[in-house]
Amino acid sequence: MDKTINQKAWFLVLPVFLVVAFSAVLPLMTVVNYSMQDTFGNNQFFWNGVGWFKELLDPSTDLGGRFLASLGRNLFFSAVILAIEVPLGIVVALSMPREGWSVAACLVILALPLLIPWNVVGTIWQIFGRPDIGLLGYVLNHLGLNYNYVSNEVDAWVTVIVMDVWHWTSLVALLCYAGLKSIPDAYYQAAQIDGASRWAVFKAIQLPKMNRVLLIAVLLRFMDSFMIYTEPFVVTGGGPGNSTTFVSIELVKIALGQFDLGKAAALSLVYNLIILIVCWVFYTVMTNAGSERPVKQGAA
Amino acid sequence: MHSIPGRRLIMALFLIFLLLPIYWLVNMSFKTNAEIVSTMTLWPHTPTLQHYRRIFTDESWYSGYINSLEYVVINTVISIAVALPAAYAFSRYRFLGDKHLFFWLLSNRMAPAAVYALPFFNLYSAIGLFDTPWAVALAHCIFNVPLAVWILEGFVSGVPREIDETAFLDGYSFPRFFIKILVPLIASGIGVAAFFCFMFSWVELLLARTLTSVQAKPIAAIMTRTVSAAGMDWGLLAAAGVLTIIPGALVIWFVRNYIARGFALGRV
Repeated sequence: MDKTINQKAWFLVLPVFLVVAFSAVLPLMTVVNYSMQDTFGNNQFFWNGVGWFKELLDPSTDLGGRFLASLGRNLFFSAVILAIEVPLGIVVALSMPREGWSVAACLVILALPLLIPWNVVGTIWQIFGRPDIGLLGYVLNHLGLNYNYVSNEVDAWVTVIVMDVWHWTSLVALLCYAGLKSIPDAYYQAAQIDGASRWAVFKAIQLPKMNRVLLIAVLLRFMDSFMIYTEPFVVTGGGPGNSTTFVSIELVKIALGQFDLGKAAALSLVYNLIILIVCWVFYTVMTNAGSERPVKQGAA
Repeated sequence: MHSIPGRRLIMALFLIFLLLPIYWLVNMSFKTNAEIVSTMTLWPHTPTLQHYRRIFTDESWYSGYINSLEYVVINTVISIAVALPAAYAFSRYRFLGDKHLFFWLLSNRMAPAAVYALPFFNLYSAIGLFDTPWAVALAHCIFNVPLAVWILEGFVSGVPREIDETAFLDGYSFPRFFIKILVPLIASGIGVAAFFCFMFSWVELLLARTLTSVQAKPIAAIMTRTVSAAGMDWGLLAAAGVLTIIPGALVIWFVRNYIARGFALGRV
């Protein structure tokens, strides 16, 4: 690339560095500090070494059991929503109208759920799913299904998953649509001349061209669903029992509910480490794919 | 663009799936509580504005919106102000540790808010910012500053370098070039970045709730209080929800072509 080497550029980056360091590095250091200590209140701290980490990774202890159970639930949740949202997003992107005002209308409606505050997303589904006042719960119960997300674990899971599909499928669809739009018409004309079937067009032209955006979509969706907190917290509060308690909900319970600083800090670090690894994959994918693609950067 | 068979039907069904829950919320916000609880009606039979009136006249409600707007605006201004020069630096120059810095920024964008809730609580209590809009605004910088840098970097890279060089030959100093030439050229990019900073700060609940107690409590936190209170006021809750959707719905038209870009951190 034609970037010039200029160390003075650090002065331009310095404000960002300071702001982010203040809100990221300082807190992270306190977390590391806490994770090695135990407290009995009164601000008295005792050295505990790697004790919390050992406990965290041992399923027979209370902390380890809770962490590993919530981690398992969270991974299962992420897997399910990816399995639903990615194919559905592709189908929706392929169903976008070709031109005219309906394109803009579809884009606006698709984007709507993405811009709703997360707790309101929870509120919407909390209301929508209630058997007494919500349309969904009412209709399902009148069809003879005994649906109640407050008391039934399976129903709670279904509600949380459908809510996430409602909330985020649009993102996958919009990303795929952006990928599809960058395919030149000539490709389709060539396919037509060759007499390619629709499936062949999808497999040989559209899917390869969507590769990069799909990777971004999968990684973004994985990371966001892995950190999900607000929406299930509002709808189910992690219940019934612990059935929808994901890692973030567990962590907040330990940190702000019980004020168990050491345990919470150890959990935070392990949690952060997992995210960091996925993030590194994401970064490598994005920067590598970016260098193969010289055109279409700037203001679109 | 090639599409698939039955695309109109698929699209229509999906849009209905998206709109129905929102419609239900709007519908409920115009019903009286008696109607909500007693009957199942598809539209308000006795439409009322009482819930909206209550929100706009009761200070404990409308102050929530003002508090939220306060930290969201502070956060957006800080994020854009610090991100602009950085975006220029990343787009034009190579310097020691630039790639590591870029990755570090991204990793902060992705960090779970739950991890930071407790340390932020301690940090901002210690420096006396707890329960002020500044605490939430600074806390939200952790994900908004990286986001703004990534989005703006894409837009700055779209400005040809020759423009910089010509300006410097014409005797523009760096600050003057920046304000007089670069900023107007990427004005739409700044708008898009500001929109996303605004949005992500607006939709976040966990940090905003943890860092405030009375004075600066955001609308999202006030809404969760209602949920746990005995004797649900469903209509009021629905009206408050509808009002939080409005800022996004107002600007959505102008940014419709940039949504994918903003969510993919400017990489699409």
